[in-house]
Amino acid sequence: MTLTNRSAAELASALQKGETSAVECATAFLDRIEATNSTVNAFLTVDRDGALATAEAVDASRASGKPLGPLAGLPVAVKDVLCTTDQPTTCASKMLKGYQPPYDADVVQRLRAAGTVILGKTNMDEFAMGGSNENSAYGLVRNPWDLERAPGGSSGGSAAAVAADMAPLAIGSDTGGSIRQPAGLCGITGLKPTYGRVSRRGLVAFSSSLDQIGPMARSAKECAMLLQAIAGHDPGDSTSLNIPVPDYSADLEKPLQGLRIGRVAAHFSEGLDPEVAEHVETTFATYEAAGATIHDVELPHATYGVPTYYLIAPSEASSNLARYDGAHYGHRWDGTPSDEKGITDFDSPLVEMYCRSRAEGFGPEVKRRIMLGTYSLSSGYYDAYYAKALRVRRLIRQDFNKAFENVDVIGGPVSATPAFKLGEKTDDPVAMYLVDLYTVGTNLAGIGGISFPCGFTKGSLPVGFQLQGPALSEPLLLQATHQYQQATDWHLKRTAALSS
Amino acid sequence: MSAETQHPFTTVIGLEVHVQLQTKTKLFCGCITTFGSPPNTQVCPTCLGLPGSLPVMNRRAFDLSLRAALALNCKIALFTKWDRKNYFYPDLPKGYQISQFDLPFSYEGHLEVCDPKGAFEPRTVRITRVHLEEDAGKSMHDETAGTADSRIDLNRTGTPLCEIVTEPDLRSAEEARAWLNELKLLLVYLGVSDCNMQEGSLRVDANVNLHIPQEDGRLAKTPIVEIKNMNSFRSVERALVYETERQWGEWQATKAEIGSMPKQTRGWDDSAGVTRGQRHKEESSDYRYFPEPDLVPVTVTEEQVTTIRSSMGEPPAVLRKTLADRWKIPANDAGVLVNQGPELVRYFEDLATRVGEGKVASNWMQQDVLRTLNERGGNITDFPVRPEAVADIIARVQKGDFDTSRGREIFASVVEKGASVAEVVAGMGIAAVDDSDLRALCEELIAENPKIVADVKGGKEQAAGGLIGQAKRKNPNVNPGKVRALAIELIRALP
Amino acid sequence: MPTHDDTEPKLTREDVIKVAMLARLALSENEVTSLTQELTKIVGFVSQLSEIDTSDVEPLAHPLDSQNVFREDEPATSLKTADALRSAPRHDGECFLVPAVLGESSSA
Repeated sequence: MTLTNRSAAELASALQKGETSAVECATAFLDRIEATNSTVNAFLTVDRDGALATAEAVDASRASGKPLGPLAGLPVAVKDVLCTTDQPTTCASKMLKGYQPPYDADVVQRLRAAGTVILGKTNMDEFAMGGSNENSAYGLVRNPWDLERAPGGSSGGSAAAVAADMAPLAIGSDTGGSIRQPAGLCGITGLKPTYGRVSRRGLVAFSSSLDQIGPMARSAKECAMLLQAIAGHDPGDSTSLNIPVPDYSADLEKPLQGLRIGRVAAHFSEGLDPEVAEHVETTFATYEAAGATIHDVELPHATYGVPTYYLIAPSEASSNLARYDGAHYGHRWDGTPSDEKGITDFDSPLVEMYCRSRAEGFGPEVKRRIMLGTYSLSSGYYDAYYAKALRVRRLIRQDFNKAFENVDVIGGPVSATPAFKLGEKTDDPVAMYLVDLYTVGTNLAGIGGISFPCGFTKGSLPVGFQLQGPALSEPLLLQATHQYQQATDWHLKRTAALSS
Repeated sequence: MSAETQHPFTTVIGLEVHVQLQTKTKLFCGCITTFGSPPNTQVCPTCLGLPGSLPVMNRRAFDLSLRAALALNCKIALFTKWDRKNYFYPDLPKGYQISQFDLPFSYEGHLEVCDPKGAFEPRTVRITRVHLEEDAGKSMHDETAGTADSRIDLNRTGTPLCEIVTEPDLRSAEEARAWLNELKLLLVYLGVSDCNMQEGSLRVDANVNLHIPQEDGRLAKTPIVEIKNMNSFRSVERALVYETERQWGEWQATKAEIGSMPKQTRGWDDSAGVTRGQRHKEESSDYRYFPEPDLVPVTVTEEQVTTIRSSMGEPPAVLRKTLADRWKIPANDAGVLVNQGPELVRYFEDLATRVGEGKVASNWMQQDVLRTLNERGGNITDFPVRPEAVADIIARVQKGDFDTSRGREIFASVVEKGASVAEVVAGMGIAAVDDSDLRALCEELIAENPKIVADVKGGKEQAAGGLIGQAKRKNPNVNPGKVRALAIELIRALP
Repeated sequence: MPTHDDTEPKLTREDVIKVAMLARLALSENEVTSLTQELTKIVGFVSQLSEIDTSDVEPLAHPLDSQNVFREDEPATSLKTADALRSAPRHDGECFLVPAVLGESSSA
């Protein structure tokens, strides 16, 4: 069995026992990336030299008998939305082409401190805006299970990297489902932690009140290991929770006896692919067999989640992305007059520089959301749009709070369909926005959610199942997923599409 | 004379003041706020607005702004939050300023101002709100350099500012200046800000218009003009006087009233002594405020308010009274001392403690220390004559080493030469007139003035006065009282 | 799935151009046209929130309940000027350079 076929947990054990070295391990994954990235396009930057240097240092430490953490020597892929001092951080945007931050994100600092080997930076929808990874300025990402299909987004590169055995572990970010939905479409496990559990310092902001970084891996056990390394209080992030971090692996093996899982009938209404529905129902049955009980719960405002999200997130984004104006960093218009007709009446050379730099630097979806957010915050529309969305946001959170009085977690589909064809939804923004239907509520409420594979369609596409839990329920979400993965082997399936 | 006494209208003025809080570091990051450092040396990812950077609130900045608000008699909001004010400008690298919109931390205060000369009635100016926000950086454009570029220095970006907004309660340029002086004094006393206008620690914008009673009893109001770019309190006063006259002229020409045009912004040109209309940017007024998601709200308890209030020290208005009572000095003396700022009051109290007599110390302060300080310029903390030296001079006068006018000469000499009192006294030969020299001098005078000797011996002691002038001519350092006393003693002892 | 009808808000080209100027985006003619249609559709979609009675509901701007997060007034290391300017499209070694700015400062 080659190293890249093994899970992070197996690799960690092999490293500890001295059966392999960090350098050997890193080399195997780097070679795999070299062989497959031209097809999948999961990585925007591959840092072979840096990764091997880190791996050598880990091996040296291990040889000298220094105590090392459980992740030491494990390769990890980092979404290109986290600042790294030694690699560009582009957010898959032309705006930040070649941009090299002068500081590491808190999560990157923690990954380095844990001795992980950062292989490179993964592709994504530009500024994390999208659900298909077709919005990258550096080319779309292909789903390793079917190269004509989208891997989901916006952490599509991270999901595809794990699915294609290019990395055993990956970091994603989730603003409205950007970890869970691609995890579901790529047949891997991904966790969106409770808002504030992982520091956002150095995470390039999309929507500050919704963004959260989380782990992506083959299984819940490995997500627990990775979350352990990245969670914790950061005094440099005012919204980081100053609450002790539990041992995420401690409860994994506990049985599910008595776990109350909520089932939302509305999840199974029109629009849900019948094959997905079938696998989801089977998953409920598997849980019941394992000792859990299933209860009907209602989330009355869930259908308003997407419109609420598509007001709040673009509003915050329109402000967060104002800094990309060509003045202090990033792309600047070179002054060449444009032949194109359009907006040409500028107040001053400065305003023209701003407007043209931003027009050139941002892709269509980013522009669309900046426009939508600017509109929703602008004078005369604020109350009807942004402020209205904040009120509905409270109702959505209240729905979850009420549901969690009766159940421990809520289960259901993570996505209405399996991976869709590339280009299938690009002409209809609203259709694309609706792929977030099952995931945005978690972010609006600030709670935790996990997605994992629960079956395959007849066309051999993975189907994802989502569990949502109350704030700080990560141990329970990981335990419930791990117990499912002890009873099933969906998460062990590997794609044949890329066998070299 | 101010315009309003000549014209049949009321001038209505409201002020918007920004003061830089006296913190070591910026509002949301650990960069220091030293003025005048080389460009872009006090910047970090947060104040540069780099991707992924986040703000964390400076506790001292919040405490100082609370202190300012309490001193301005404001109500303190028990729950406050920050908002983003969105606009594009190269000195604002995030594309938004973190400020406070609908829930400022304090509101509804007031600050009185009196004119000691009685030029206007005591005036209570209501404070609409005080809020805490971050400053922008600096853009510099050198037109002589012949380049199309502006240079951006972000050292100042993120410096904590308190914005103080008043109701339109001021009625003349003179009042506005006096009120600003009182505000500055208050904030300096409480250690909130150094209020140094040259360094931009205090900035003032003024809103002004005229209320003109009409024959039909209606009150016509001219359009409100916001005046910017005033870099001293004197400029504020001049700009307001100018603008008042300008609006009166405009009213007579156009009869344009408030609401007939958008609010106008005019910049003060200090050298030309005029205000000029500034370009109106149409879309800049839509700031799209919304709650800053990178910060959490702040709550303030009654206990915190009490603690801060009790640690604040005396505001100037109170200090004027307590200083007069404590040192038994006239109210006017106390007022003059307090208006010079806390460092001068400390100097005075040090001196008064050493001298033991407030009135004597106050006299020396007003006649010598302050006069010299005003002539020389500069700060009392850098004044070359420290309180112990002034106390030394006063003690020597009181002991009779020399008289007050000689003492003042010594003071002036200490200032000028930067020497110690003892050195100056020695240099002037004052120390040389010891008892044996004085005796020799008196014996010489007695020998030269038989007539005076006879008169004194005959009981006319006042005749001894005739010796003093002669003694001073022989040695200007002699103490007249001592000459007189010793001469009489020696004459009486004559056979 | 939600649908929209003719009574829903419609953005005009002028609205789109106004918003684009606020957002500092030099849209091309084609973008103005497509965004007018797309934003009309999206705004129509999000307008379904008006169906919900929220008159008794306070806005929820943030999922966290935490308050009073401060740092102490302690200086931290700043960036070297060269690092601060490293990614600037134009600079002179001391300052960022941008096309002429009229007026001295945006002045908080």
